[in-house]
Amino acid sequence: MSAPKSNAPVRQGLSRRQFIGETLKTACAVGLVGLGLGLYSRRASSLPAWALRPPGALAEEDFDGACIRCGLCVRDCPYDMLHLARLGQDIPTGTPYFIAREAGCEMCEDIPCVVACPTNALDHALTDIRDADMGLAVLIDQEACIAFQGLRCEVCFNICPVRNEAISLNLQHNARSGKHALFIPVVHSEHCTGCGKCEEACILDQAAIKVLPRHLAQGKLGEHYRLGWEQKQQAGGALVAPDAEHRYNLPEGMRYDHAGEGLIDAPASAPADTPFPANPLDSLNRRGPL
Amino acid sequence: MTDYPGKTAVAEQGWLKAHRFLLLRRFNQFGVLFMFLLGPLFGAWLVTGTLSSSMTLDILPLTDPLLLTQSMLSGTWPAMTGLIGALLVLVFYAVLGGRVFCSWVCPVNLITDLAAWLRRRFDIRSGARLSRNLRWWLLGLVLAFPPLTGVMVWEYVNPVSMLHRGLIFGFGWAWLILLAVFLYDLFLVRRGWCGHLCPVGACYALIGAKSPVHVAATGRERCDDCMDCFDICPEPQVIKPALKGAAAGLGPRIASLDCTRCGRCIDVCSKDVFQLKIKS
Repeated sequence: MSAPKSNAPVRQGLSRRQFIGETLKTACAVGLVGLGLGLYSRRASSLPAWALRPPGALAEEDFDGACIRCGLCVRDCPYDMLHLARLGQDIPTGTPYFIAREAGCEMCEDIPCVVACPTNALDHALTDIRDADMGLAVLIDQEACIAFQGLRCEVCFNICPVRNEAISLNLQHNARSGKHALFIPVVHSEHCTGCGKCEEACILDQAAIKVLPRHLAQGKLGEHYRLGWEQKQQAGGALVAPDAEHRYNLPEGMRYDHAGEGLIDAPASAPADTPFPANPLDSLNRRGPL
Repeated sequence: MTDYPGKTAVAEQGWLKAHRFLLLRRFNQFGVLFMFLLGPLFGAWLVTGTLSSSMTLDILPLTDPLLLTQSMLSGTWPAMTGLIGALLVLVFYAVLGGRVFCSWVCPVNLITDLAAWLRRRFDIRSGARLSRNLRWWLLGLVLAFPPLTGVMVWEYVNPVSMLHRGLIFGFGWAWLILLAVFLYDLFLVRRGWCGHLCPVGACYALIGAKSPVHVAATGRERCDDCMDCFDICPEPQVIKPALKGAAAGLGPRIASLDCTRCGRCIDVCSKDVFQLKIKS
């Protein structure tokens, strides 16, 4: 290559090249740092099931972006049951949590922790503490719970701030003694706030009732399920035809009518019209009408 | 002990005068920390929360604007106390100069100043050079995380909140991050954290871009080139245009965003070149 004639364009070209080079280098380095931080944060931002968020907390993925880790909710809790996670704990660093077994939420009427939050990570839309959703109590160990042994306990039922609504007692037959009742605590998800008082108060060495995040605690019936008795009540009558005719595969010489109490002797006048061929192999080989 | 910046000033004007801004700064830094610690240590809850967001006497909310911005970028509209708090902080530092936070309030400054002092004291010259513009890149990264990932990623490592929250709520392993910053400043890069990387400082620098309060080399004709101000300054690049730019029509005001208004140049100058000024 021939040497450039003047110095100025060389210097300019070099400096532009240097500038772009430097910028790319920096962008690369910052990008790598960003990748590292991003990956670390994926791990660091997972909340274990035993740590519960204060009332009004947004769904965990939103909470992690909204909370600025200031600790005001922790300070404004009159019962000092909230903590800020420290680096090294399994909880996102600096975020508030409580452990139900150590101290549950006392469900203050004025919800001071929510009022204190500057970011709406604890949603200020929560004004009735009974609408709080910190988790869901689950009687997770029926083998250990002494109510299932026929012993009277009911501590979780009695300590529950939403008494007789979030937890009710279900009387069942005591098959062991044959003459006593079991007083079984049953949690109702529409009323339970996940405050954790039941878990805190459970008299066992390890609580048999535990508060879990709802996504772990709750099952869900398929959308297509219809409960016949509810449908019947809504419609004001049976929705299936009461006299669905049973025609096929009846014993010879009989017909079926439920209102007539089932199988009825019938004269063997007309042979039953059956869709199945006489040879079962034909039906397997799809020769028949089916 | 060998020569140190401010030796002449101490000899000529006395120790107190040569350290007055340093003393004021330390008083302010420890004072702020003390106010926050009154509650946890003595049960006197004048101030609750941390520098991230605090409530003073149940009436004065203060919120870090960078943190609230990250929170908003993640898609949550803040509560009124948060907005007012951030606005108050914005106005305060917009008037006083953004990086006044860095040198007069931020607790990490105590650590990095200690590292800088040890570097001078033991003449540690090792280390790498790093662009001071990296902080802007990092600030961009910090602000890009919440909208991209939905997570306030910076708060998993931010030494500023780690230290302040650690002092008030307990450290856990967070002291390791502070130790890393200290060692990095001591051995790797001079003024490496506050002067090169910290995105919090970069954000405050932006906030105070139009501040009328500044340090000015009003007596620059008296300068005897002793270099003490360059040696002591955490952002020495800001001094040159103000001090030596007379011919080019620059200064005497230190116009750079990077100036933390720490006032150490005023302290160590035996010729009283520098002054704290308010632009009329």
